[in-house]
Amino acid sequence: MGTLWDAVVQALHLIVSLDSEVVDITWRSLRISVASTLLAALVCIPLGGLITFRSFHGKRLLINIIQTLYSLPTVCVGLLVYIFVSHAGPLGMLDLVFTPTAMVIGQMLLITPVMLGMTISALGAVDKTIKDTTLSLGASEFQAIWAIIKEARFAIVAALLLGFGRAISEVGAAMLIGGNIWRYTRVLTTAISLATTQGDFALALALGIILIGVAMIVSLAANMIQQRR
Amino acid sequence: MKKAIFGVLAILIMASLLVGSIGCSKESEVSALKPGTTLYVGTTTSLYQTGLWGYLEPMFEEEYNASLHVLSLGSGTAIKYGTNGDVDVLTVHDKAAEEKFISEGNGVERVPFAYNYFLIVGPEDDPAGIKDMTPEDAFKKLYDEGEGKFVSRGDSSGTHSMEKRIWAAAGYSDYDAVKSAGLAAGWYIEAGSGMEETLRKASELEAYTLTDMGTFVSYKAELSLVPIVDEGAILLNVYSVIVCTKSTTNNEAKLEMANNMVDFLTSDEIQELIGKYGVKDYGLQLFTPCFENEPTA
Repeated sequence: MGTLWDAVVQALHLIVSLDSEVVDITWRSLRISVASTLLAALVCIPLGGLITFRSFHGKRLLINIIQTLYSLPTVCVGLLVYIFVSHAGPLGMLDLVFTPTAMVIGQMLLITPVMLGMTISALGAVDKTIKDTTLSLGASEFQAIWAIIKEARFAIVAALLLGFGRAISEVGAAMLIGGNIWRYTRVLTTAISLATTQGDFALALALGIILIGVAMIVSLAANMIQQRR
Repeated sequence: MKKAIFGVLAILIMASLLVGSIGCSKESEVSALKPGTTLYVGTTTSLYQTGLWGYLEPMFEEEYNASLHVLSLGSGTAIKYGTNGDVDVLTVHDKAAEEKFISEGNGVERVPFAYNYFLIVGPEDDPAGIKDMTPEDAFKKLYDEGEGKFVSRGDSSGTHSMEKRIWAAAGYSDYDAVKSAGLAAGWYIEAGSGMEETLRKASELEAYTLTDMGTFVSYKAELSLVPIVDEGAILLNVYSVIVCTKSTTNNEAKLEMANNMVDFLTSDEIQELIGKYGVKDYGLQLFTPCFENEPTA
């Protein structure tokens, strides 16, 4: 019990005193996960709009597949991306392995299914008359999709936040693709994992408190935004 | 109201885009400030988790104007990454695997630069009664009597290779058979983790384990484990540095920097620092420098 208490006190001290290591790791984590969320959003929102708007053969199946991929294990995404970006892999010449850029790609792949799926359900929940009205008023397909996206914006933002939460809290892909390199690819989750095995529970706990804090703020925001709808 | 929310959202998105781009530009800034080459080092966990790499890294970066990226892995993984061309230099401790790596054309030369010894550690009361036996006899007794648990790294690291060598030297040439018999009988535990985590597991489970001296000494204070078997020719543990050919063949800057790393680790100054590393904190030498003087058991 003593150790735990000491660790908590030290952890709080590390956070309050803005320990440079803690700030550095947190800042890197936020940067990488924000970047991956925004990139995923650039794919998910337009694609979600198209999938919702158009009717095509196999649409139901496609949505089912997307939903199945919600539970994509992070470590498998990490392994797949490693195999691709490794210098022995097909994208080896890009020199991406063990870089923050590769981590962004990995996290983006990881959260795209859940963000896409939630965007589709958000758009599907919008009243059909909006689509019909905009189209009958002479809007193009793009304009009609845009109108629906605007109508569903709260639910879409909630989807983005959920994706961000998954990205920042995953450890498997970050470890395998980034390699947990000090001051380069070390993020909150991989740093917690390393500090724990090294017995530095204070640092692990400090980073853990920050990670929990970020995750809770994000899901609180997602909840509030969804209730707005 | 709606407009306000939209405005806030727009600002948030702009801000995060900015954050993202700062993130990107910062990396190029770093490389602009440091025109030196980036060097990836795949190291065995024991050289990293004892803090040795964290200690040497800034010195190397300053001396050679390089950006050093050190990955803490088991020797097996490090060698695999070297084979793939994903790391430029290895610091590992698995002679047989190193020689295979080089003979397959993946590494230039094996340069031993430090050594220490492996030891078998375990609970103080020594339930299996193997204290001060030879490593081979100790393993035989563990196998025959099953009176003490043994935690194995189980991760094809250098330490895991050493464990297999001891099993073979003890007369059990089929390691997989030992493993499955031990797992079935319940005394053999496969940790699948790095050295310090394996030590923690052994400590929690009141079990024996095989460890390198450096890692054990640095975590000893937090463990309820004591040295049980620490003498035997087979326990010699030599760390080597190897330049990987895959990633350096067509990249002169990288090759030069990788060679700098070998020069650095084998320089008189750094050899001395390696020998002194940790002595003040732990009262014991963690690594003995041995450039051009590889001990042979």
